[in-house]
Amino acid sequence: MPRPAADLRPAPLAAEPMLPRAFRVAARRRETHDVFTLELEPADAPGEAFAFEPGQFNMLYVLGAGEVPISISGDPTRPGRLMHTVRAVGGVTRLLEGLKKGDSLGVRGPYGAPWPVLDAEGRDVVVVAGGIGLAPLRPLICQVLARRDRFGRVSIVFGTRSPADILLAKDLERWRSKFDVDVLLTVDHAPPGWRGHVGVVTALLPRAAFDPANARAFVCGPEVMMRFTVQELAHRGLPAASVHVTMERNMKCAIGLCGHCQYGPEFVCKDGPVFRFDRIERIFGVREL
Amino acid sequence: MSKHASPTLPAPVLWTRGDMDRFFETLRKEGYQPVGPTLRDGAIVYDTLSSTRDLPVGWGDEQEPGAYRLRKRGDEALFGYVVGPQSWKQYLFPPRRKLWSADRAAGGLEFKPSAEAPPKYAFIGVRGCELHALQVQDKAFLEGPYADPYYRAVREGSLVVAVNCGTSAATCFCASMGTGPKVERGFDLALTELLDGGQRFVVEAGSARGAKFVDELSPQAAAPEDLAEAARVVERTAATLRRKVEPGGLRELLARNLEHPRWDEVASRCQTCANCTLVCPTCFCSTVEDVSDLTGEHAERWRRWDSCFTFDHSYLHGGAVRASAMSRYRQWLTHKFGTWHDQFGVSGCVGCGRCISWCPVGIDVTEELAAIRANDLGKDGEHAHP
Repeated sequence: MPRPAADLRPAPLAAEPMLPRAFRVAARRRETHDVFTLELEPADAPGEAFAFEPGQFNMLYVLGAGEVPISISGDPTRPGRLMHTVRAVGGVTRLLEGLKKGDSLGVRGPYGAPWPVLDAEGRDVVVVAGGIGLAPLRPLICQVLARRDRFGRVSIVFGTRSPADILLAKDLERWRSKFDVDVLLTVDHAPPGWRGHVGVVTALLPRAAFDPANARAFVCGPEVMMRFTVQELAHRGLPAASVHVTMERNMKCAIGLCGHCQYGPEFVCKDGPVFRFDRIERIFGVREL
Repeated sequence: MSKHASPTLPAPVLWTRGDMDRFFETLRKEGYQPVGPTLRDGAIVYDTLSSTRDLPVGWGDEQEPGAYRLRKRGDEALFGYVVGPQSWKQYLFPPRRKLWSADRAAGGLEFKPSAEAPPKYAFIGVRGCELHALQVQDKAFLEGPYADPYYRAVREGSLVVAVNCGTSAATCFCASMGTGPKVERGFDLALTELLDGGQRFVVEAGSARGAKFVDELSPQAAAPEDLAEAARVVERTAATLRRKVEPGGLRELLARNLEHPRWDEVASRCQTCANCTLVCPTCFCSTVEDVSDLTGEHAERWRRWDSCFTFDHSYLHGGAVRASAMSRYRQWLTHKFGTWHDQFGVSGCVGCGRCISWCPVGIDVTEELAAIRANDLGKDGEHAHP
């Protein structure tokens, strides 16, 4: 059946929302044996700053291999190169690990709901990170410290597996050297010679000073770590509405269309990844949801 | 689809079978590709139609949980069956579509979006439940922060020709979901096939785009007795519906029964085959496939249908979040009837019954929901801890 001429004039499609933009690796550095940081700039506009809010993420694409959602770890108060701190755990992240200065990759974003930093102004701030969970919290910490006078007491509680797994070590050192920030560090296990704390992150929480009636907690780490952290914070009197956590689910599109990141009624990509805890408290403990 | 229904739509007209054939010719002249029900492989599927002869003339269907059979009706009815294994989503949200390609070039990676634009379809024979399914998918694909450009192009370019159901299957439960059998809105043209007293079609325009065809094709207004007969066709069909879902409070019911023992019971029967999600006219999950050529310099990203019943759907480093069949069945049912309301303000189910017929073990969502409602753990819990 021959098609009439009118059939050959379909309307052009609107812009494809899942189309990445070409970026290049401007710098890379190793954080630990399996964690690395990439600094990226647009291939067609090397000096262009990447605007984002703390807690947001990008989809990073390696040619032919696939895309992964990775949170942004840069300092939002000093706009510049896009920064991602990544743990090599899967096919695409291992390929990202192998990228060298000048190599190309695709980037789209930023996506997702940010940490509500402004909401914490005038209050004590408790940051609790587990492992690579420190990376999405780094922009928040940078923003709080850039306007330090606007906040009450600030505690950063960081737990990781071993001393060899301490990422962003220079940052931690810098934050620890400040008199108005309390940095509490613990490892799950340590070789002889480690003089720091050994134990789970919740064991350090009692040392974080905050007024439960006027504080905000920001928590990122494995689900089990967040579960015990939230319990401990509640035990200290901090209500669920004063706690923010980040959730992680499989993600293909990052723009609310593919259905993969559903977590009960929530789409982690657009309703999260940062959630005020009382919003998800009812489903947080349900297994395999 | 046209969203601007004119207040001066023409009165319903009466078409003969010959008018229906002329309608197909006019559609092609206007640049539409007619697609609709046709017989293939022992089922009624949707494909390109060149005339009314491509429709399943004189065929009907019998459906039960896990069963679908065609049968001869003994008449020349064009629309004497209900819905088969396919739905219109295959045109709006194709099972496989290239999103973009990427090439390694001197200046870095070059990304090119897929330029392939869709034809202008005329969807012939869209049922009440299916009209609602289109509106449900509109919310997922068009009304969020990001819209699907291909879905939008098909939706805006297509003509929707609805049909009032003159028969029902044992698996249908549209009336209880408020989606049928009568088509109410969201169509360009609506047909009711009358068989008593000679085959003829009452045709109603629902939009200016549809009205054009009514004006061009037939000046013969439908007589009051034809309109009355058309109304009786739908009423008779509604009276034959056997299955139902009690829709009230489903969102809350499911939200408070996430740990219900019925999930384990149904999971012991569920094969996690994904049939229900593929035949469902509203399921919208997709995954992406990245392919590259042998040089590694050219790659493409394709989107294809996915299902929450697959293991990989919930994969995170370390394994699947929904590892058990229990959790995957629970995801499907609680999403379709519960959390869909939170996400889109409507139910994700339109009562078409496809998931019941095409389930290889005959799992019936209406039965599963009734079982949970009959033993509402949340309510008991409230009594126990006031």
